[in-house]
Amino acid sequence: MAGMIEVKDLARHFGGIQAVKGVSFEVPEGEIFGFLGPNGAGKTTTINMLCTLLQPSDGTARVNGFDVVRQRSDVRRSIGLVFQQSTLDEELSAERNLRFHAYAYGVPSDVRDQRIHDLLEMVELWDRRKSSVKTFSGGMKRRLELARGLLHHPRVLFLDEPTLGLDPQTRRHIWDYLSLLREREHLTIFLTTHYMDEAENCGRIAVIDHGTIIAIDTPDGHKRAIGGDLVVLSAKDNAAAAKEVSERYGAEAVEVDGQVRFHVRSGEEFLPDFVRQFSQPILSIGLRRPTLEDVFLHLTGHEIRDAELDAKEQLLQEMRRW
Amino acid sequence: MAETWRGFWVVSYRELLRFVGDRARVVSSFAMPILFLVIFGAGFSKTIGTMAPGVNYIQFMFPGIIGMTVLTNSLFSGISVVADKEFGFLKEILVAPISRSGIVLGKAAGGSAVALIQALVLLILAPFLGVSLSVSMVLSLIPVVIVLSLGLSGLGILIASFMQSQQGFQLIIQVLIFPLIFLAGVFFPTNNVPTWMEIISKINPLTYGVDAIRHIFLGNAPGLGVTVFGHTTTLGLEVTLVAALSVVLLGAAMLAFNRQS
Repeated sequence: MAGMIEVKDLARHFGGIQAVKGVSFEVPEGEIFGFLGPNGAGKTTTINMLCTLLQPSDGTARVNGFDVVRQRSDVRRSIGLVFQQSTLDEELSAERNLRFHAYAYGVPSDVRDQRIHDLLEMVELWDRRKSSVKTFSGGMKRRLELARGLLHHPRVLFLDEPTLGLDPQTRRHIWDYLSLLREREHLTIFLTTHYMDEAENCGRIAVIDHGTIIAIDTPDGHKRAIGGDLVVLSAKDNAAAAKEVSERYGAEAVEVDGQVRFHVRSGEEFLPDFVRQFSQPILSIGLRRPTLEDVFLHLTGHEIRDAELDAKEQLLQEMRRW
Repeated sequence: MAETWRGFWVVSYRELLRFVGDRARVVSSFAMPILFLVIFGAGFSKTIGTMAPGVNYIQFMFPGIIGMTVLTNSLFSGISVVADKEFGFLKEILVAPISRSGIVLGKAAGGSAVALIQALVLLILAPFLGVSLSVSMVLSLIPVVIVLSLGLSGLGILIASFMQSQQGFQLIIQVLIFPLIFLAGVFFPTNNVPTWMEIISKINPLTYGVDAIRHIFLGNAPGLGVTVFGHTTTLGLEVTLVAALSVVLLGAAMLAFNRQS
């Protein structure tokens, strides 16, 4: 069957600035698909186009088979959304917020109350349903938004940095709900994140940087692609060490933060021989399985947290806020 | 069509919920008109005496105060658009399967309903002020207030569409409200004033809204109706004028609201 989300050459520019430069991908039903990239990479712009908040400059996108430009209402009915910033009515109670949403989406009255009850139970806010939202903590608000996004039985759930600024326990919680939902309701989930550990929960991950998708693969696939385990060493003379690694083992060694990094097929067997034979004095050496952080570094040449917003990208962020 | 209708009622329902929940707003919105009635009424009654045969100053001012209340509440209702922008809730409304025009009409209807409630509550004061009141007066007042407040709420939304902060919005509305009120014949008739003031007052559309309400309370009291080029305007003409203006303002509000995002 066709993908739940089908995107072809989707692009968006603001004035002369290219925020998204023609991305293409497909997400089958029931998959958790992640967009991984630094701030300003074009993640939010892409989500806003997919959920009909922003007109694409070029290309096409279909969600649940509906075109995001020509069949806006059908798209809107098919999707649930949780944004980075809270979009709750702080003055109203938790229940009233959900009720408003049910009315706005035309949820039939015979299932409305049951659905509100079930979702509030799921996110463990049933006891607080009468409290006004302004008394809620950040984690409670996010859980309520998740419940609200699911109220009208969407086929696709869009989550823009769903766990940003939440404590680890709450993040764990939210992921439990998401896994449950995917199994129970066969929901397709599209999320953006710049947490590496979070991206590991995805079925597939698209790595995005500067408005372009660099690679799409499963988390394991990404790790395999960078070529096995990661050796991190620091020597008295890092430059000389990197040169020796490259020459003798044919591995591509890079110097980052005063360390030399390179990948080898099977680290455990490689390391003892390496240490015995290496001519440079070694100060420390370590071996670890690659993380998605390494994947990102490998693909983009910079670390995700180092991808500072330059002036251009900051301007883009401003514009994205309306 | 269904999406316009659903947008209309779901948004107006929330406006009302929020108004009722906001006790400070409920109380403060009554304070202004009562303050004016008590202070101006007590202050001017003796000095001014009768405005027209059988019409004393308070009876003259009372319909104007209703007009003022409608203006203030309608214009200020636009603040919810800015507040929703600030708190992010506007996004929830914008991605819902409801039409933008429906959202604007719902906001305007919410503002209009609040203004109507305020106007009707003010009527409770009528017997204490010696203003005569009948069922037919109330019945004709309701549609006039609705037509007037829909347009003024539209103006509030129009302004709100360009504003990013609630403070900024409040500032603009304050600057706008006082000349509109003082030059609309709320406190004195617009016929016997200096020419410059007369011209401004007769351009000010609120003048005709206020005069329409005054027509309902005082009938065609001689010398009080607004005269333009020697003709005294009638209630029907004034309501038509206000209705036309409301259509224009609501249309402009929809365009401006659609333009954002």
